[in-house]
Amino acid sequence: MNHSRIDTRIGTAITLAVAAFLIGPVILSVLAGLTKNYFVGLSSGLTLRWIGEVWALYAETIWRSFAVALATLAICVVTGVPMAWVLTLHRGRLARAMEELLTLPVAVPGLASALALIVSWGTVSGLRGSIWFIVIGHVLFTLPFMVRAAGASMTHADLTTLNEAAATLGAGRIARFLHIVVPNAMPGIVTGALTVLTLSIGEFNLTWLLHTPLTKTLPVGLADAYASARLEIASAYTLVFLLMLIPLLVGLQWLAARGDRRAPLPVNQKPRP
Amino acid sequence: MARRGWLWFAAPAAVLFIAFWLLPMVGLAIIGAESRNGQSAYLTVLGSEQYWMSLLNTVVLSLAATLATLLLALPVGRFLAWHPRFPGRRVLMSMLTFPLAFPGVVVGFLVILLSGRQGLIANLTQWLPDGPLVFAYGMGGLFLGYLYFSLPRCIGVISAAAEHIDPALLEAARTLGAGAWRRFIDVELPALTPALIGAGAMSFATSMGAFGTAFTLATQIDVLPITIYNEFTNYANIPVAAALSIVLGLVTWAVLYVAHSLAGGGGGAGA
Amino acid sequence: MTEPVAIKLTQCGKTWPDGTRALHPLDLEVSGGEILALLGPSGCGKTTLLRIICGLEQADAGARVCFGHEDVTAQTPEARGVGVVFQSYALFPNMTALQNVAYGLRVRKIPAAQREQRARDMLRLVRLEEFAERRIDQLSGGQRQRVALARALAIEPRVLLLDEPLTALDAKLREHLRVELAQMLRGLHITTIIVTHDQDEAMILGDRIAVMSEGNLEQIGTAESLYRAPATDFVGDFLGTLCRVRARLSGSVLAPGSESITFRPHECVLSQPGSQGHTATILARFFLGSSVRYEIGLEDGQRFSALAPPDSRYTTGDLVSISLAHH
Repeated sequence: MNHSRIDTRIGTAITLAVAAFLIGPVILSVLAGLTKNYFVGLSSGLTLRWIGEVWALYAETIWRSFAVALATLAICVVTGVPMAWVLTLHRGRLARAMEELLTLPVAVPGLASALALIVSWGTVSGLRGSIWFIVIGHVLFTLPFMVRAAGASMTHADLTTLNEAAATLGAGRIARFLHIVVPNAMPGIVTGALTVLTLSIGEFNLTWLLHTPLTKTLPVGLADAYASARLEIASAYTLVFLLMLIPLLVGLQWLAARGDRRAPLPVNQKPRP
Repeated sequence: MARRGWLWFAAPAAVLFIAFWLLPMVGLAIIGAESRNGQSAYLTVLGSEQYWMSLLNTVVLSLAATLATLLLALPVGRFLAWHPRFPGRRVLMSMLTFPLAFPGVVVGFLVILLSGRQGLIANLTQWLPDGPLVFAYGMGGLFLGYLYFSLPRCIGVISAAAEHIDPALLEAARTLGAGAWRRFIDVELPALTPALIGAGAMSFATSMGAFGTAFTLATQIDVLPITIYNEFTNYANIPVAAALSIVLGLVTWAVLYVAHSLAGGGGGAGA
Repeated sequence: MTEPVAIKLTQCGKTWPDGTRALHPLDLEVSGGEILALLGPSGCGKTTLLRIICGLEQADAGARVCFGHEDVTAQTPEARGVGVVFQSYALFPNMTALQNVAYGLRVRKIPAAQREQRARDMLRLVRLEEFAERRIDQLSGGQRQRVALARALAIEPRVLLLDEPLTALDAKLREHLRVELAQMLRGLHITTIIVTHDQDEAMILGDRIAVMSEGNLEQIGTAESLYRAPATDFVGDFLGTLCRVRARLSGSVLAPGSESITFRPHECVLSQPGSQGHTATILARFFLGSSVRYEIGLEDGQRFSALAPPDSRYTTGDLVSISLAHH
């Protein structure tokens, strides 16, 4: 035992306190969304009435968030997976610089990226009021996560050697990419996909500036609800949002656990000399 | 083997990035140099006391929240690393990492539920002579919000680093006579310092750029993201908004660059 | 099978972008249908040479690679038709063994029925036909090696390259497969180059051996000629062990002197100490099963190893006289 008992006791206490701090308000919110009357408390009984009202008022935002997330995912897969492959093949400084560049939209506050987008492209007719304006913003923010996840899988599976083997067998670049690279990078692509969906559904900073009354997403609706609606409705709305997130997060956790349990060595590990 | 032929595969992503982020950002930077009252917006911004106050508030608040986060995340991270298996660990981990996916707005709402006018703390402190304790709608609430979204990130980084500490080092220290406190100071802390700096820098940068949280709590809190928003939406002062955004962007990017080199990656929703 | 093709390399050198020399410009000729072993320690450039032959690396300017009469120097690996067995086998984990073997045919747009037939024929050749539907992670190391070979052969290559084909396997399996592989390759009549750092492998698998060191071709010839007449001490020491002492040969007996004498440990004949020649001391004795190894020390402090038949009965401390057979 390398640690004193006091150490463990303090550690346990603080951990439980932090867990309470993080989850407590969530539970509060869930309960508030399901209680008949928040001021009276739980004794007023549980109801699904608030969720029903949320659906009546905000169903459109929920569908729209799904649509935006799926469109974002599609673009991220089509542009991000090939980019990840190029970055895996090229290991020079230029490639590393490109990787850093791609993560800038994540490092820089969404506010700034949104402002830049509006100032440059906001005047293009049809684009400003279109849902694609929001999709573009989401793609910029989530692309680096897809690239990073897919790239990690590609490196782990030693795809550079497999690529060479396929070349000696006569396969051209597109054949190699579709037959060898993509199938073997699937774990990373799926992880990236779940991450992209999760981030897109929850994206606010960019979306708030990019949206119009006709292109509201769920987080935008949430902000409206927090400002103007009853506490119970706002809570129920939050509950719906959390429910949308849970399957994605569980999926990500499951994939991560599966990745750890698999043999740490890839199938084509080079032997020690 | 000709690597160059593969470059076309990177073209779609590159074009997207350049057209919709890089060039617009450059455009924004240039707009920041435009003048409204006879001088470039950058100079206006750097010369104005009001904006400096905003910057100062943001920095001080982010710094305070980061320090508080690290102070709490350190024992939690260590606890998780030293206890890799116990019943309920999976549930605990889920509770600690679930908030990573929350956008800033939701965090703001949760802060209101905790410390707002009808919040938990208000209900518990009804009996106070000055009335119930309500602090959600100002710097206090923002502080709580920063804490809320920084803790999951920092706990993750620190517990990963703590897991990598070679137990043999601590055992060696024991055989040499070092007590628990000494072992912590001399062996653990130095090993955890890069992770602490990295996690801290990440929290600091995220707090600096946090918009959703502040927006939900009150649009009158004087932090930089809110100032930028007001300049743009309410005063249509685009050059100043642009200049402030570029300054904020540079600061957060620089801090995150340091974090990345010291602690490795780590994602999460924006705040 | 078409007529086996000869390989001719002219002035092939390779310099890396940072300036280090992987290969000094060398010439190499391999006859059609011959099996050549490239032997050398790691870092000697043998794998680089292999990659130049199959097109995965480009040699420095002025080099030429010819297959028969065709100059393939500028041809991409996809077009060269060289079958390669990689050191890590590089089997595609997302495909079964059969699909792996059939892949080269698939990209040549050979119809499905035909390519499945040919892939099964290849798996039968390497005696793995029951494993056709297995996924790669269900195969043992030896099985993967054979699938990799079948895959390379399926495309009817004009040249076959094997990069350390047996290194990844454990010692017993390696010994067993070595002979099998040698017989199979000889039956194929394809011009083959095998890269290895193991001298036994080179001697068993190759018709000729090319010894390489630090980017240079040291010597090329049959195993026997290299063993008996090494051109340099490096070659002598790489194939088998070479002992070197400062002495003189009077007849075949080792006597005090100042010439440089080189010999193989098994060429030592131990006998009772005589009046002339060195009186050597047995410093240590190791029983190795098929032979006995002695550490010998001369009076002047020089030491070397000697190998004797397994019934040799000298012990530590005995005094002996050394004579050299074949000298």
